[in-house]
Amino acid sequence: MSARQSPVGVNDADQVVYLDHAATTPLRADVLEAMMPHLTSSFANPSGAHRLARTARQSVDEAREVVAEAAGWKPGGVIFTSGGTEADNTIVTSIARSGVGTVVCPAAEHHAILHPVEAHGGVRVAVDAAGAVDLSALAAALDSAASGVALVSVMAVNNEVGTVTDLAAVAAVVRRHAPDAVLHTDAVQAGAWLDLAAIGSVVDAMSIAAHKLGGPKGVGALLVADHVNIRPLLLGGGQERDRRSGTHNVAGIVGLAEALRLAQDERADNVVQIGALRDRLVDGLRTEVDGITETVPRDRKVAGSAHLLIDGIENEALLFLLDRAGVCASAASACASGAMEPSHVLAAMGVTNSTGAIRLTLGAASDQADIERAIDVLTESITMLRRRTASTLR
Amino acid sequence: MKVLVAMSGGVDSSVAAAELIDAGHEVVGVTMRLWGGSSDTGCCSVADVDDARRVAQQLGIDHVVFNFSDDFNAAVVAPYVEAHRNGTTPNPCIECNRHLKFARLSERADALDFDAIATGHHARIERLTTGTGDEPRWLLRRGADEAEDQSYVVHMLDQRELARTLFPVGGMSKDQVRAIAARRGLRTASKPDSQDVCFIGRTEGRDVFLGSRIPFRSGRVVNTDGEQVGEVPAVELVTLGQRRGLGLPGGGPKRYVVAVDHNTATVVVGDEELLDVSVTEVSQVVWADPRLRPALGETLDVMVQCSAHGAARAASLRTAPGPRLTLHWSSPQRRIAPGQSVVFYDPSNTYVFGGGIAI
Repeated sequence: MSARQSPVGVNDADQVVYLDHAATTPLRADVLEAMMPHLTSSFANPSGAHRLARTARQSVDEAREVVAEAAGWKPGGVIFTSGGTEADNTIVTSIARSGVGTVVCPAAEHHAILHPVEAHGGVRVAVDAAGAVDLSALAAALDSAASGVALVSVMAVNNEVGTVTDLAAVAAVVRRHAPDAVLHTDAVQAGAWLDLAAIGSVVDAMSIAAHKLGGPKGVGALLVADHVNIRPLLLGGGQERDRRSGTHNVAGIVGLAEALRLAQDERADNVVQIGALRDRLVDGLRTEVDGITETVPRDRKVAGSAHLLIDGIENEALLFLLDRAGVCASAASACASGAMEPSHVLAAMGVTNSTGAIRLTLGAASDQADIERAIDVLTESITMLRRRTASTLR
Repeated sequence: MKVLVAMSGGVDSSVAAAELIDAGHEVVGVTMRLWGGSSDTGCCSVADVDDARRVAQQLGIDHVVFNFSDDFNAAVVAPYVEAHRNGTTPNPCIECNRHLKFARLSERADALDFDAIATGHHARIERLTTGTGDEPRWLLRRGADEAEDQSYVVHMLDQRELARTLFPVGGMSKDQVRAIAARRGLRTASKPDSQDVCFIGRTEGRDVFLGSRIPFRSGRVVNTDGEQVGEVPAVELVTLGQRRGLGLPGGGPKRYVVAVDHNTATVVVGDEELLDVSVTEVSQVVWADPRLRPALGETLDVMVQCSAHGAARAASLRTAPGPRLTLHWSSPQRRIAPGQSVVFYDPSNTYVFGGGIAI
């Protein structure tokens, strides 16, 4: 293989500004350290009957308690999965198959909820202009479900625009209009910013994923209350109390627990510090460049999220220039080919022109220098694109 | 130069990227996502994007995907469907080149500060040596490999596009291209060429694709005296010159579709010589170089190609007011289906003068 070329426009390839924490976060060094024994010497299958297995089993059991503690849950309700998508699919499919009623979710959910809900003929509920579920539409949908409602799934934090759902208010509507329904929340984007125990106190089930919190990819958990029966997606050795078969990903589970514990411990400080950096990024950019709108008011969003609608540019072109300059950002979700797809979230919010939509998401590793560089690169790139496409953009 | 190379996931564009790197250019690969519908063929399938990305990785260049599916639908798919509805012949590959590769993509490349775009087409662009101080002039020439020549499908390139486009494999034979790909270990080295309309799935087929988008009307098949001799289930699928699938009884002389009246859903069949014409009218004419266009009333001897791999025939070209002209064939020529692209070459059949759409 030939040597990699110096990318066009990148003067210093090492100078990367990572502003895509909603996609994934870097693995924390302390989390990796906690995982290392299970990637090396402590390799046994925790379901075995020997001393090495017992050691591994202890690590899984301890991790389960740590996760439960951090999320305000009972350890017996923690089901380790391969990530948020599996957790979401498990709850929707399990309850839809129970046949006691329909499944309901807002239109701006992550595809890991939306697609299984659609596959089971469920109901989509409108969202407001910020992307949060419309409570009166939810009540109406619950009232009009002829066969009853078995599951309501409402995300805690929207992955694209960062909007926080008032889950206590959602819970009040669900308990009144569909008292037998299970209330689930996809809390995959919440763990770094919100108190998971507070969320856990109003729902019956919750999905989390390690890699959004400084943990490894490929591991997450579905948290369920005692009365929620889970029919497994994966059949086999009967691990996780017959709710999720498959050899335990011990290193991943340990990483999830450590990442979640640290994220919840450091949450309050991070919200203040990263929130200030996010504010500086958005305010700085809006000072430098006109025609930039914040998609959602900041007081409705998590601290690490900036989502902007930029006039007169195409986000695909902007992302290219940002990438050349070492700034990693995002627009909507990517399809299998890697192309940007029109955002179902923005469409549900009633945003008619999302051509200039861009998502910049900060994390614990973001610092002031990152933000200043991002403002400079964004300003330069937007200005250049507007100048060069003024004559051809339709 | 900074060059954006369009990589379809085929062998030609793979080698085009490799050649540009070897020539010392700064190269980025791009695959256009053009079709949101399901398709297992052509440029838009996920498997082809995978091939393009992997080749870019092997070559050590960055690879991006641009989503132009809205533009593709508006400029290629919708006109394809409309053409069938109206009974004309669509040219999806040519319209894709005209509106996507050499318009949308080249404008995007320009906005992103690239000096040129490149594709894997088998055609050549030559710079004409002119006196100092003159504007450079560009010529579009047939590809070196006669059987692979694609100058027909890129005939719409004007001076501005020719100046910022590179065809790195245009001077090579297909065997050379495959040998280079094999030598570099590229996974596309022995990949077959794409054949079909890329947005129509192999299992779906044209009739199903169109049937879900336009209502088919059954048509009367009549002879030249107006007597009904057969019936077709969909007049939208009948092509000029067609011989089969017309519900005609067996035996007797061969009869061809010599006219289709879409207003009355009537198909006229007759002897082959009824298809012969001595003049063809062409609209929407574009020129590789506007200086090639003859003055009103003057004629220009040309060689004319009317399909992607058809043989060129001699004609005399006369311009008319506006972007129209007439071709006077040197010997009778089978009538060209309305909507078909018609491309003019110089009398030596080497350089593209321009082209248009048969009326």
